[in-house]
Amino acid sequence: MPSNTTPLAEASAEPAEPRHIHAALTRTSTGHEDLRELEAGLDSLQSDSARKHRIDWSRVLLPVAALVVLVLVWQFYVTLGVKRRDLVPGPLDVLGQLGVLWGDAKLQEALWTSLQRGIVGFLISVAIATPVGLLLAQVAPLRRAFGPLISGLQVLPSVAWVPAAIIWFGLTDATVYFVVFMGAIPSIINGLISGVDQIPPQYRRVGTVLGANRLQMAIQIILPAALPGYLGGLKQGWAFSWRSLMAAEIIAVGGTIGFGLGSLLDQGRVLSDMTIVMAAILLILGVGILIELLVFAPIEKRLLRSRGLLAGSTR
Amino acid sequence: MPVVLEQLGKRFGDGAPVLEDVNATIGSGEFVALLGASGCGKSTLLNIMAGLEAPTSGALEVPSDGAAFMFQDAALFPWLTARENIELALKLRGVGKAERRAKAHELLELVHLGEAGDKRPHELSGGMRQRVALARALSQDRQLLLMDEPFAALDAITRDLLHDELERIWKETGRTIVFVTHNVREAVRLGQRVLLLSSRPGRVVQEWAVTEEHRTDAGLAGQLTGVITARLREEIRRHAK
Repeated sequence: MPSNTTPLAEASAEPAEPRHIHAALTRTSTGHEDLRELEAGLDSLQSDSARKHRIDWSRVLLPVAALVVLVLVWQFYVTLGVKRRDLVPGPLDVLGQLGVLWGDAKLQEALWTSLQRGIVGFLISVAIATPVGLLLAQVAPLRRAFGPLISGLQVLPSVAWVPAAIIWFGLTDATVYFVVFMGAIPSIINGLISGVDQIPPQYRRVGTVLGANRLQMAIQIILPAALPGYLGGLKQGWAFSWRSLMAAEIIAVGGTIGFGLGSLLDQGRVLSDMTIVMAAILLILGVGILIELLVFAPIEKRLLRSRGLLAGSTR
Repeated sequence: MPVVLEQLGKRFGDGAPVLEDVNATIGSGEFVALLGASGCGKSTLLNIMAGLEAPTSGALEVPSDGAAFMFQDAALFPWLTARENIELALKLRGVGKAERRAKAHELLELVHLGEAGDKRPHELSGGMRQRVALARALSQDRQLLLMDEPFAALDAITRDLLHDELERIWKETGRTIVFVTHNVREAVRLGQRVLLLSSRPGRVVQEWAVTEEHRTDAGLAGQLTGVITARLREEIRRHAK
């Protein structure tokens, strides 16, 4: 323990002349209170005051304007009459068909069935893929053994599993869920692994210095640090489950499999009714856009902002 | 003696030794500045003392509960606020939930950041981040605090202030501090003792005592800085051929 408790203020009583030359070599502040004040001043000079977040209407108006322009171009093309109207229906024809489907309660049934399956399948995939991904990312031999296989599974189109699933499980919900899992799980695992790979090595060293054991390291440090990459994996995982679901519903029709958006699309093909086909495609697209806008975009934005990663981005 | 280094050596693989025959003893409550040019193995020596790396020869004695460590960059976790960063360190140490909050507040007050506890690291200036990192290092409650060029990336005004701050906290907490730097002025400003480490291989070649007079008399401090700088340059010049 240093025993010297000379008040710091005495420093200023020293002959003033040489202090000007080598200010940084000796104490720069004249006492405890002075130090506190200097630091408070520097802190407020060096950190930004919090900015308020207002609703930016260009975020809403620009996408709507883009949509309007696209629909107008579509309508214009149809009015030109290059193709037969039953092959290329206009926006109004499709809108009318949507109204009919709504009146028959078919639209609601298809939407609900698909959405429910998509969400349940996705959530189960997350629950399976997260611990597996964390384990693979943290245990080197496991990763070396199974990493290529997982990457391969992500590249393999999950539609390829449909015939096998129909043979194994018949025309049941199990077939649909199996295909969804094969699509979503590998992509979530890969997202989590690449998220973990991008963690600055410093974080692990800090964890070690702070005395974290293996489990604490994984849950308190690795998982939150990998969150941006993990969220990217979740987004992709959702996209893969939704796509796989549609593929399965289009191919596997009948049995105890309910009536989803994919089934609606297939029905349009069977009836050679392009308005039903277009309506189904637009509904599938619409669900994708809504989930991104209402679920993933707000989470991602909050995550990036809280880590100071949003500045200068075009989001 | 909390730290004793005896004929300590370190080499990576078959390469030339990074450290060779390092001898030093550091007393309890002492503030030692470890000075050397770039690539002299200062950080390696610090990592060995922290137990992050093992020496290849020699023996060392460090406190059995290990050492607290402060890095050149603050290395705060960006997903936690300043307070939560400190609370996480306390949690990993096994401190109970209620006590964590009070203790974190106390530590933030110690580094004069009582108001900024709810801010995220990216909302803090470089100097504030380093002070949070210091508070986190102190939260480990270890007698030995190892600091690896913690102020090297800061601007001169902030660095001067943090020197005063660190000196105050050292006197208040009575820690043993080993402070690695390549800045002679910083070493003289902070250390009670300055150890000069040679380069390739690293070895303690000379040491100087810095008295309380040096802290208040800029002329004396300047003189000592000159002497140490001359010796450091001589050491660097050896590698010219």
